[in-house]
Amino acid sequence: MSDDARKFDPAKATSFFTGRGHSGWLGLKYSDHGDDWVELELPWREDLLGEDGQRVLASGPILSLMDMASGMAIWRAMDDFQAIATLDLRVDYVRPAREGASVFGRSQCYRITRSAAFVRGLAHDGDSGDPVAHIQAVFMKIASNARL
Amino acid sequence: MSDTNEVEALTPYARSLGITLDRWEDGTPVMMVPFEETVEGRPEHYHGGATGGLLETAGYSALRAELARLDRKAALKPINITVQYLAAGKSRTSYAKGRITKLGRRSANITVEAWQDDPSRPIATAVMNVLMAETDG
Repeated sequence: MSDDARKFDPAKATSFFTGRGHSGWLGLKYSDHGDDWVELELPWREDLLGEDGQRVLASGPILSLMDMASGMAIWRAMDDFQAIATLDLRVDYVRPAREGASVFGRSQCYRITRSAAFVRGLAHDGDSGDPVAHIQAVFMKIASNARL
Repeated sequence: MSDTNEVEALTPYARSLGITLDRWEDGTPVMMVPFEETVEGRPEHYHGGATGGLLETAGYSALRAELARLDRKAALKPINITVQYLAAGKSRTSYAKGRITKLGRRSANITVEAWQDDPSRPIATAVMNVLMAETDG
């Protein structure tokens, strides 16, 4: 119900963001969302491995996945699509992702102030109770009145 | 030579994203990525994830070059990375260079800077911790 009233729908917006550019190249897909969180899927890809001869996904794509999911979680929590910029993003890679498995990035926006938005999240390869990475990030709003 | 060979061992991910070696500076590789659609976020700007990928690749390259110099062989595994975004990456080539702050037996701490026109005005910096799993030799 309240969902229908929301202006920012992550399910619809994802295809807009992933139709081109870096997110499109990574092949990110919509997975799930709630009031203040968004989960995106990064499908397994042979050319995104972190080291020749090892079947482990590079960490870079996970960083991109979490950056994107975090931005969308913020728009969802603000219910507004306004310009934001990543200020700081930390990723702790707690274990390698399983070969051949999609990685899901789930980020939650837990606090919004006048100028900043704070997120935390995790990446998992099927079981969110056994994550492959944890993240924490701060985004700045680039509102026109912030320049005053 | 041996340095160059080590950096040719760019990760499949880095090759796929379009990252290459630009030059050597004081024995450290400077990596670059041209502005193509693969790195674009909002129109005409780098995606934060692509900038992060460049920083991470430069960090690993610096570490691989140093390990090669020391004749050490190790599989590198990421522990964590913290990226600070300082300015929007515009639609031109970006460069990045890592500096090894601490090289231990099992882990390394690396700081990395990325810039576009002026190395003294970085667009992003990162701190990384990398686990080095020793292989034979």
